[in-house]
Amino acid sequence: MVEHTIEATKAVVTLDVAIPGIIWGWMITLNMWAKSIGTGVILIGAFLLYRHNKETMPNIRWLMPLISFVALNVFLLFTLVDLHQPLRMINIFLHPHWSSAITVGAWMASLFTGLITLLALIGGMNEHQDFQRHCKVANWARSNNELYEKIFPYVVFLAIPVTLYTAVIMAQSSARELWQAPTELMQMLLAAFLAGSATLILIADDWEAEARKDLALVLAISTAFGFMMYMGEYFFSYKSAEAEETLKYIHSGGTYSGEFWVAMIFGFLAPFFLAVSSIKEDNKTTLRFAAIIALVGLYLAKDVWLKIPQLLPLS
Amino acid sequence: MKLGFLVDLNLCMGCKGCEIACKVENEVPLSSWRLRVKYIDVGTFPQTTRNFTPLRCNHCENAPCVRICPVSALHYLENGIVNIDSNRCIGCAGCMMACPYGAIYMDPETNTADKCTYCAHRIESGMMPSCVVACPVEANIFGDVDDATSHISRYIMEHQKNGGVQVRKPEKHTEPKHYYVGGGNQTLNPLAHERIEGYNLFNNITHLDHVGDPNHSILDRFIGGGHTHYSNKSLADEKIGSKTKEHETQGGH
Repeated sequence: MVEHTIEATKAVVTLDVAIPGIIWGWMITLNMWAKSIGTGVILIGAFLLYRHNKETMPNIRWLMPLISFVALNVFLLFTLVDLHQPLRMINIFLHPHWSSAITVGAWMASLFTGLITLLALIGGMNEHQDFQRHCKVANWARSNNELYEKIFPYVVFLAIPVTLYTAVIMAQSSARELWQAPTELMQMLLAAFLAGSATLILIADDWEAEARKDLALVLAISTAFGFMMYMGEYFFSYKSAEAEETLKYIHSGGTYSGEFWVAMIFGFLAPFFLAVSSIKEDNKTTLRFAAIIALVGLYLAKDVWLKIPQLLPLS
Repeated sequence: MKLGFLVDLNLCMGCKGCEIACKVENEVPLSSWRLRVKYIDVGTFPQTTRNFTPLRCNHCENAPCVRICPVSALHYLENGIVNIDSNRCIGCAGCMMACPYGAIYMDPETNTADKCTYCAHRIESGMMPSCVVACPVEANIFGDVDDATSHISRYIMEHQKNGGVQVRKPEKHTEPKHYYVGGGNQTLNPLAHERIEGYNLFNNITHLDHVGDPNHSILDRFIGGGHTHYSNKSLADEKIGSKTKEHETQGGH
């Protein structure tokens, strides 16, 4: 009884303004998710091209950059749409502030998207020789087929910082303790591996079984490591009182506990077991199912991790 | 010159005069605050005390908001003030994610980030910030912390024995230029006190549905048939109006 009268444990806010709600919402989740696909297909595609003959994966040369192009445009669109002053996005290029990871990221992502557009154009036009036969741009792309192989290594190299810079933005968001962990960098990289392998699985029906086995292996590894890292944060977080307070939202009874565990079970655990089983037996349907639920789970996991630190009062 | 603020919480009586003066001086829209006074009740009846804590931008020397702003809309002035150029702001809300003190808001009228500037426009004209002028007990002390003879420097020197001068969240290493005398963990640490939903003194709004114009995006402009222009009046009609109706249906006074 007496412990309830101690001043240190009995302080209640009796008048204050409303706490701002979630500021970075589903658009930023979608932005991060789409970027993971956009860079992930390039990273995993490069790994496959290194391991296998490209003739055994007939559509990879044009579908890989095309998927990346679409995903990156979704990412850029929602980056723009989420701004409160979207028309002023140009200021990032006219008045760049280089200490900001948002600026560096925007420049790198724009350059990356430009190069991917070039790859998609060259790959697509050379795959479909009869498409737009009289178009000058299409013909230029066909006549510069060798450019694809020349710029591809630079694109793969650039895909790494484009994947990782969001973790640096989160690190610069110093009000949100949960995002301050160095593990965010690895989570971003694993998310790209997961999203890249899962997306390529969806177009790998006609590929040789060995390439699909590699994709299943990458999916299994990235889901396993991603799950372990989330569990590490969940159980071992000792970073600060704020991080502990944030994690209460996903602990038992927390507002986001349900979404978090759906993401963990259906997005990481289930795809891991399905992918492992597909390595042994080349079951395309099982692998496709694993890929789809992994992509959905990744979105949900990112959504939870983005929103929960924004629910805490900061002052 | 490095301008700083000190609030003596032993003097503050929670009149909210500074809050209102700030609102009027800077035309801060409804649902937004550059400066607010928070009430915290400590203890168990009958041994209770009510504490008042004015909260505003800390004008940090190592400001995370300045670092993350992609277009330098947030920048330092020569006198140490962290200023904001609303005309350059793109509304990315990165600064709101970075500020550990929750001092930045999205202005629902301009759709840009905004915050306390220590009334930089008044200081330029040789005047004191409006909150300093309005305070009836001189709890707000403002001045040059680089000048050892200034009122604020002398006040700090006088009270700094035994940790008498505090800043909020020193562990963040932001080097705030906003100090408190008479504060404690319960008044300065937002996690040290409980926020009970719906039991505030004069209102029951504990979370905003959205910061800034809820229809701010390009998609809304295409789908929703235009951009909603918010003013104090429209916000009052929308937010307070609906709350009043709800309150009335619940049998409120």
